[in-house]
Amino acid sequence: MRISRTDFLRILLPGVVAAACLLGSTGCKPAEDGGGTAGGGSSASASGDEIKVGVYVSLTGDTSTFGTQSRDGIQFAVDELNAAGGVLGKKIVLDIQDDQSRPDEAKTVATKFASDPKIVAVIGEVASTLSKNAAPVLQRAQIPMISPSSTNPDVTKIGDYIFRVCFIDPFQGYVMAKFARENLKLSNVAVMRDQANDYSVGLADVFKREFQKMGGKITADVSYSAKDSDFRSQLTQVKGADAIFIPGYYGEVGTIARQAREQGINVPLLGGDGWDSDKLVAGAGGPGKALEGCYFSTHYSKDAKEPRVQEFVRAYTEKKGVPPASLVAQGYDAMMILADAIKRAGGADRAKVRDALAQTKNYPAVTGDITIDEQRNATKSAVVLQVKGDEFQFVTTVSPTGGGDAAAGESAATTAKAE
Amino acid sequence: MIFLKRAAGIALTLAVLLILSFVLPARLQDVVFRVVMLSGIAIIMAVSLNLINGFTGQFSIGHAGFQAVGAYVAAALTVYGHQRLFPFLPQDGNLPATFSGFLTGAPAMLAAMLVGGLVAAVIGFVVGQPSLRLRGDYLAIVTLGFGEIIRVVVENTDAVGGPRGFTGNIDAGISIPGIASFFWVYLTVVVVILVARNLRFSVEGLKYLSVREDEIAAQAMGVDTTRVKVSAFVLGAFFAGVAGALYAHYEQSVLPTSFGFIRSFDFVTMVVLGGLGSISGSVLAAVLLTALPELLRSSLGQLGAEFNQYRLVAYALLLIVLMLVRPQGIFGRGEIDFGKFFRRRRTAAVTALENEGR
Repeated sequence: MRISRTDFLRILLPGVVAAACLLGSTGCKPAEDGGGTAGGGSSASASGDEIKVGVYVSLTGDTSTFGTQSRDGIQFAVDELNAAGGVLGKKIVLDIQDDQSRPDEAKTVATKFASDPKIVAVIGEVASTLSKNAAPVLQRAQIPMISPSSTNPDVTKIGDYIFRVCFIDPFQGYVMAKFARENLKLSNVAVMRDQANDYSVGLADVFKREFQKMGGKITADVSYSAKDSDFRSQLTQVKGADAIFIPGYYGEVGTIARQAREQGINVPLLGGDGWDSDKLVAGAGGPGKALEGCYFSTHYSKDAKEPRVQEFVRAYTEKKGVPPASLVAQGYDAMMILADAIKRAGGADRAKVRDALAQTKNYPAVTGDITIDEQRNATKSAVVLQVKGDEFQFVTTVSPTGGGDAAAGESAATTAKAE
Repeated sequence: MIFLKRAAGIALTLAVLLILSFVLPARLQDVVFRVVMLSGIAIIMAVSLNLINGFTGQFSIGHAGFQAVGAYVAAALTVYGHQRLFPFLPQDGNLPATFSGFLTGAPAMLAAMLVGGLVAAVIGFVVGQPSLRLRGDYLAIVTLGFGEIIRVVVENTDAVGGPRGFTGNIDAGISIPGIASFFWVYLTVVVVILVARNLRFSVEGLKYLSVREDEIAAQAMGVDTTRVKVSAFVLGAFFAGVAGALYAHYEQSVLPTSFGFIRSFDFVTMVVLGGLGSISGSVLAAVLLTALPELLRSSLGQLGAEFNQYRLVAYALLLIVLMLVRPQGIFGRGEIDFGKFFRRRRTAAVTALENEGR
């Protein structure tokens, strides 16, 4: 079948008209922009009585649960700020965009933000790979970006406009080493790591080094692959230790725990925030079974005693009907720290907001006191939780003071971990 | 005379592409230009997949795998070959948007496109030779498996970043150079369309079509069906590899997740939506499916933030409606007859030129 000329015109004309409209109305750069660089510098302040903040998270796709939780936290913070009269008398307005959990979409959204002169700052993404893909665009446009929960060390290395309000992966290795040595008073610990997972390797390396530095002994260091279903041979090698550090994800950890108990290994298991999932206990055979009494480190606990945390948990639960998850709290903190920086900057100027962000000191956030260091990472405490039934109970807070070797651990790991 | 006309045509095309390559990024909004670039790469992918799925009637659903091969091989070439082959490229990978910047990047881009394409073609041959004896569903499963194998191999290769993605050689401070300008993307678009068009209206192309229509009858007529299928597969893989090279050097980062089987299905959707076997259809559908989500983002965004979350629902609904209204695809097997259109135009243009010359 051949399409006749009239048919062709019938198809082509609307297309051309549509394209012309698109180019004519929205496509071209505005004349006053002088065809210059994206968004043009830092002249973002003069936008009346609003402060516009861009948010890019994954509301659809593989990591959509992360994205929706972050968004809920950010939105909750904005509602609270605006109810209290806004920041510097101006209302915060969010421009929330979905990146479909796709790296190229994250970049497209960042490009969109970069060409919007009203955007003062951007909050996003949870997944480190997506943050890393979008950040260069925002860095070039000199728009401050805050990642609420990307823990990969590489993210903030992209440039001086890229911040995060969470700790980086290797810090948790230090946290668990300190907890095992000082709180649990252990001296012989074995390590099981997922060799193909940088997150796991990073945590394991730092844990091993720090634990030995504190006078402990690593009795065995074995590797497994997360895709295996049988970990018994590795488990025979770690027998005899006082505890086993398994910095993996909640999926395989449940299986490892069950098989360890079958072999009569009844020592506590230790882990990192990869365990932090409501599916963890179910994977280990249910409440009170294989993982009962085990410990892991993570970003925040809703049971922390500080009044500000209690108040946040109460208010959020009242509004949403569910207690805030870790990612909700981190999204909330990212927005609150940004608002604080805008306040201190005295206006919504991008460069001044960046400087104010860099000077954030001991901000009392719900996930702990946050100080932004020279690498634009958050220096903050981690919490250690214990599995009790199907709940995670708050045990202690480990602060980064003293051997705060978060930076030292950087060399050890880069990771594709999703939080 | 014909030769001169051809040469003039080629020169004109190159000149237009080159001019657009500088005018568009300066004039268009960054987001719009980005959509234009991603559309171009999608066109190459859709048209090259159309050679396999549309012309030859095979069902390949691992096309993103070939793109991944091209992307990773090409990026590895420009990053790890930086010192020996392309020392003239800046280490941070950002070239100035000037003509000299374009010339600096040209040899590297050309090499990356060719190497990426050729390696993908070789792999296409290796995969295709045994598996194209299979038909229908079986071939689909093999290609699906192939795509996944590529992804898993990449995720376990530390030199190209594994699951973290590849942005360059971090230790040596060398980034993937951003050398895939509008010129290279749309030059490839023109080439792939011409190749597909010439194939379609040639005797060789009739063999492809005959395999699609009835493989047994084609065999009876003396068509070496396996050879035809393999050559379609290799050609499609080559252009997918080139598209991968362009993608890597436009994005300056490649991630294994960008080439998963869901991405492969995106390209299959483009081909089916445009009309299996129609080149014009593939082009139009590739542009439509790339631009539509972004168009919906801005148009729904104007209605209010709440509407934005229904963007992908609207996108899916549009697809469903379109397939219900035109199950054979937008163009069916038809083509836009540019010949007719251009013959008139060209005569007018030529007379104008001649008049001017006098």
